[in-house]
Amino acid sequence: MERRKRGLAQVLFYGGALLLAIWTLLPLLLITLAAFTSRSELYSWPRSFLPRELSLESFLYFAKAHGVMEATLRSILVALLTILISLLIGAPAGYALSRFRFRGREAFRLGILMTRMFPTSLLAIPLAIMYINLGLYDTLLGVSLMHVTLALPFVVLTTASLFMKIPYDLEEAALTLGCSRLGAFVRICLPMVTPGLVAAAIFTFVVSWNEVYASSVLTLRNRTLPAHIMATLEASPLNFRFAGGFFMTLPALVFIFIIRKRLLHMWGVAINK
Amino acid sequence: MVRILRKVQLSYLLLAPTLLFLVLFFFVPLVQVVGTAFRARGGGFTLAHWQRLFTDIHFPDALKNTLLLALLIIPAQLVLAFLAALIINKQGRGSTALLYIYAIPLGISDLAAGLIWLSIFTERGYLNSLLQNLGFIERPILYLSSRSPQWLVAAVVITEVWRATPLVMVILLSGLQMIAKDYLEAAEIFGCSWWQKVRLVILPLLKPSIQSALIMRTILAFQVFGPIVVLAGRLLPVLASESFHWYAIIRHEYIASAYALLLMVLSVLVTWSYLVLLRTKEEQLGVM
Repeated sequence: MERRKRGLAQVLFYGGALLLAIWTLLPLLLITLAAFTSRSELYSWPRSFLPRELSLESFLYFAKAHGVMEATLRSILVALLTILISLLIGAPAGYALSRFRFRGREAFRLGILMTRMFPTSLLAIPLAIMYINLGLYDTLLGVSLMHVTLALPFVVLTTASLFMKIPYDLEEAALTLGCSRLGAFVRICLPMVTPGLVAAAIFTFVVSWNEVYASSVLTLRNRTLPAHIMATLEASPLNFRFAGGFFMTLPALVFIFIIRKRLLHMWGVAINK
Repeated sequence: MVRILRKVQLSYLLLAPTLLFLVLFFFVPLVQVVGTAFRARGGGFTLAHWQRLFTDIHFPDALKNTLLLALLIIPAQLVLAFLAALIINKQGRGSTALLYIYAIPLGISDLAAGLIWLSIFTERGYLNSLLQNLGFIERPILYLSSRSPQWLVAAVVITEVWRATPLVMVILLSGLQMIAKDYLEAAEIFGCSWWQKVRLVILPLLKPSIQSALIMRTILAFQVFGPIVVLAGRLLPVLASESFHWYAIIRHEYIASAYALLLMVLSVLVTWSYLVLLRTKEEQLGVM
């Protein structure tokens, strides 16, 4: 009896685990197939569940469509700019949080966390008005700055936890051996946190690459890829939409795979405090 | 052990860029949203935008849909994410692989998720072709139309649950991993069933994680935008999409700002009420 009960529990457990995996993976498989199904088959009825034949037609139609490649390039540039700015601004703050005790430290931490309690992307609307006056409207820099606002709390908190793990004694040893403070940081600390910083950078890339709302509000001609797809959505045929969905998903999948080992930790740090 | 130094000036110097940036790009726009929502076109205080917003034909639906979607999405996500986190936390064979698989949608944008599920719910999409192949239907069913609002809601809920459950899972999982094994072993020694263990040990200890998951998720659910635009267009207006519509299509930044402000006030209210309702008493965590 006990044994049978345990057997049933096992079946439930593995069955549940498998179902959840299928639930996650199946839509990804389907959009991949849809991106490689020809337009005529996508619009046909009755339609077989799996495509009769795979074709590059839809994907090439999307890739060659007016504005797509330019928008992709812009998205990449915006994401790189976002990484650069948010690391340059955020990593020093993370370092200070991990190394020094000073008045206002807790207030600063709390303030950073507070920014996460707001629907930040909606700030794009007042930003757009501000940008028009500053000449930043419809520029890649303008979009990146908005994305930095989204990524900065995360970058500060993750870098703080990265530096926290490196014993200060090592830096101090370098100081007594004649290194400057900056030298000690660059030679001792930086090499040890580089993998973590790379993971944070990749994550920031994904945040920026995926962002739709603010990019759509802040651009007009210089659309990023999601903003471009959004703006042309109603006029686009299904094959364009599916190939676009697949194309937007692809880099995110690759990046999530690369940083998978740090993912849980990074999210834990950024959220669970 | 990290030795903490008193290098006050250096630390302020290091914090200054972040602080300055957040003031410029977070705080100033925040104040401006409030300003714009109450400012007349020529300048001066006005409530006219709010009057127009509250009497707009799409407003009641937008408010209702935003709340309804959050109400449907969040409990489903919480349950699914909790199950997924329990499965992974058991650390059986393959649990690391499962974690990566479950976490995949974390990297997918709301727009892409909308397009992915569009391929399933569209008139000649996967769902209809499956039903037709199985012989259940002859003609495609229209899921994404104004005549079937319940299907529109269902499609958006399913998309959001699929896309954002991993976020909740990761929060709960890192909470689960902080629970000391002793508690669970003690519960087993006293003969607790699995369900008793979950109810009496795990859930109370997980309360802080559940709280942060709820706050994060509700705020994100209030902002739901991509799947709405892709799957429903303006058939299912929500506050975020209305704000976007007023800004990008009608070019009326005052009403757009009013919508944005409304969403922000809602978010703050919700965060605050979670914090009050789910207040964790210290003794609940310490004494088991």
